[in-house]
Amino acid sequence: MNLTLHVWRQAARSTDGKFVTYKADDISADASFLEMLDVVNETLIAKGEDPIHFEHDCREGICGSCGMMINGTAHGPMGATATCQLHMRHFKDGEEVWIEPWRARSFPVIKDLIVDRSGLDKIIQAGGFISVNTGSAIEANSLPIPKQVQENAMDAAECIQCGACVAQCPNGAAQLFTAAKISHLGLLPQGQPERYSRVVKMVETMESMFGSCTMFRECEAVCPKGISTDFIARMNRDYIVAKFKS
Amino acid sequence: MELDSKIPPGPLAQKWAYAKSHYKLVNPANKRKYDIIVVGAGLAGGAAAATMAELGYNVKCFVYHDSPRRAHSIAAQGGINAAKNYQNDGDSVFRLFYDTVKGGDYRSREGNVHRLAELSLNIIDQAVAQGVPFAREYGGTLDNRSFGGVQVSRTFYARGQTGQQLLLGAFQALERQIALGRVKMYSRHEMLELVVVDGHAKGIITRDMVTGAIESHAADAVVLGTGGYSNVFYLSTNAKASNTTAIWRAYRKGAAFANPCYTQIHPTCIPQSGDFQSKLTLMSESLRNDGRIWVPKKAGDKRAPNDIPENERDYYLERKYPSYGNLAPRDIASRAAKEVCDEGRGVGASGRGVYLDFADAIKRLGRPTIEERYGNLFEMYHDITAEDPYLLPMRIYPAPHYTMGGLWVDYNLMSNVPGLYVIGEANFSDHGANRLGASALMQGLADGYFVVPVTIGDYLATQMGKKVAADRPEFTQAIAETSDRVNRLLAAKGTRSVDSFHKELGTIMWDYCGMARTAEGLKKAIPMIRELRERYWKEVRVLGGEDEPNQSLEKAGRVADFFELAELMCIDALHREESAGGHFRVEYQDEGEAKRNDDDYLYVGAWEYTGEGKEPALHKEPLVYEEVKLATRSYK
Repeated sequence: MNLTLHVWRQAARSTDGKFVTYKADDISADASFLEMLDVVNETLIAKGEDPIHFEHDCREGICGSCGMMINGTAHGPMGATATCQLHMRHFKDGEEVWIEPWRARSFPVIKDLIVDRSGLDKIIQAGGFISVNTGSAIEANSLPIPKQVQENAMDAAECIQCGACVAQCPNGAAQLFTAAKISHLGLLPQGQPERYSRVVKMVETMESMFGSCTMFRECEAVCPKGISTDFIARMNRDYIVAKFKS
Repeated sequence: MELDSKIPPGPLAQKWAYAKSHYKLVNPANKRKYDIIVVGAGLAGGAAAATMAELGYNVKCFVYHDSPRRAHSIAAQGGINAAKNYQNDGDSVFRLFYDTVKGGDYRSREGNVHRLAELSLNIIDQAVAQGVPFAREYGGTLDNRSFGGVQVSRTFYARGQTGQQLLLGAFQALERQIALGRVKMYSRHEMLELVVVDGHAKGIITRDMVTGAIESHAADAVVLGTGGYSNVFYLSTNAKASNTTAIWRAYRKGAAFANPCYTQIHPTCIPQSGDFQSKLTLMSESLRNDGRIWVPKKAGDKRAPNDIPENERDYYLERKYPSYGNLAPRDIASRAAKEVCDEGRGVGASGRGVYLDFADAIKRLGRPTIEERYGNLFEMYHDITAEDPYLLPMRIYPAPHYTMGGLWVDYNLMSNVPGLYVIGEANFSDHGANRLGASALMQGLADGYFVVPVTIGDYLATQMGKKVAADRPEFTQAIAETSDRVNRLLAAKGTRSVDSFHKELGTIMWDYCGMARTAEGLKKAIPMIRELRERYWKEVRVLGGEDEPNQSLEKAGRVADFFELAELMCIDALHREESAGGHFRVEYQDEGEAKRNDDDYLYVGAWEYTGEGKEPALHKEPLVYEEVKLATRSYK
């Protein structure tokens, strides 16, 4: 298939960017979106033009490195997938495709489609862990956990920290990401001792860098792991309880 | 070069306890005076950085990703082994040890493997305490499944994302230490050189991947947890950026490289579908718990799989290995797949594929059970191939996946360069010539949480007052060499992209140093690699500058090192005139089964770098088996 791409090119954070149009010719329907960009990059290199920079690594939808706005939607039209697992068979021959970096003030562009997502790590640093030093753990089976609790925690824990939720949100909020980690840890018995201090620290760190949630729920629609906004409600409940407790 | 494995004295089961009781210690107040560099933050590096910081050391951790949570450990799907014997099926530490040694085709060290089996118990406890949501039974206890090469159920798992969940456990522990100021994190920094001062590893040179700055970092010890080198084949199941540069630069600075030819070709990956393909996707080995592998009995049978009647199918693993069946070890399952495809019985458009069929399992267990066990894997397969594996059997084919070889380390995980520790897939120590499924996560975490944080004290205790500054001539020289290399790549101004060379190298390696190797082929491959490497330095085209984000430049440096490693792999494969595990020399076989030669090759082959363009020197560390009786591996 043949496509016309309009790709955001920006040399550095401090410079202005612009859309540049490229042809993507003879693309296999079985190729992934990133493999399509690989093909385009090979033609650019052959012409002596700087290849399009984009972040990627595992190409199995789990490392969370890749991500771009494709025709205005984070990770493209398919839904519930990372960009690397989006295949060209979901596009039509002759289609025009607009490709942009994640759109959020808290994700500044580093180059082309690469953005700085380090704000998400800072939220984890604020409390996204269970404080247990290596060596001090109890016997694993001495703490039975109901299967349903473990399954719910796993639903939240699947987050790949790609940042699509922030990029798609009209407010640039990181609520879904933050709520997923708070719920993963807060649902499990191991996470109870720090449950309320964790939610306060993480939410306040998040609010200091990202926008606020007004329940558009666009995050849920683009999340590669289909993480539910129910976790945001759960986070808000825990936050209010924590505030009363203190 | 002296290779002393430093295996502690005493009975096998007490060696680790003995060692721990005899290591020199650094007192708690002194720990903060030591700086440790950790390169890589996967299961091994991340766990080590966090744990050493908890102990009180100053840790500097370097990753080339934007966040330490992106390391390729995250992609491990199926599970992690531990000898908990929760299933009451006769498992024990000894059995896990024995299975691992046997699975590795008797080419690993007994002492290291036994320690690994012992520590497997602590890993599960630690992971659960961190909040890793392992699968559970309705009663709330932990669930297990089976993996290849064993007859017990000892694999713990978190859906098909066990690596992700374990890595998040280590990542969160690491982030906690970063917040406490115990770890300084350098993301988007790539290690390009090791710095050795008076024979000791004392620092590294990195490139800041945003600004392009080449910088030195000094420390009292350096720990490499930088993963494996399967990407030498270009197409592999590894992440695109996974590379050999860190361990290769260390090799060039004097660290011995052990068993580079031991590579694992994983039997269940989605077959290649075109030239555009950038990587191969693994389908977890756990699928072999319920999937049945088959090909048509007749060569050239092009009927759709569901049109081929039962009696015209060859369930070749069940036929050849009745007691292990579809759960034969990876090397054996891969070779069997290659064999049936070579006979013209392969399936799919390319003829390089076999079926992994769930029809019987769906009939027996019902679709909901299969969805619960493998749902995300089935989805991934469906996304990639546009075929529904609930209705049609999956097509799979072997692909490079893991490298058992790596830098040589002693029992304490220190290389022959004092102060340089190597952990996880980057070292060679525990898997012999073939790794069993669900053992990589186990090894990475054992090394990172429980081994290196303890053993490193034994070295650091001798380094009091020997701190070096990063302005020493060794550092300035290393910076100059690194910049020179970068500039040479940019200055080549050739006509071909880095990827085009990498693909060509990968094809040579797959054809001559892949699943089946011959002396004749390897002798052909070595000059081909050398010639291609020479052309690479002249004809490669790396656009952009050095002082900006430059992905072509990053790739170019990694591929340059792959070229050198590829040659060493072939040299090692040529020298090892036997078949063992993943190293299959066609000349040495018993009707398709690997034929070892214990009389001549019962050793670790460790190679020493002797200079540019010179033959590497081979050093042998004999393997001594006290507990395990050497036998021909049988899975029949």
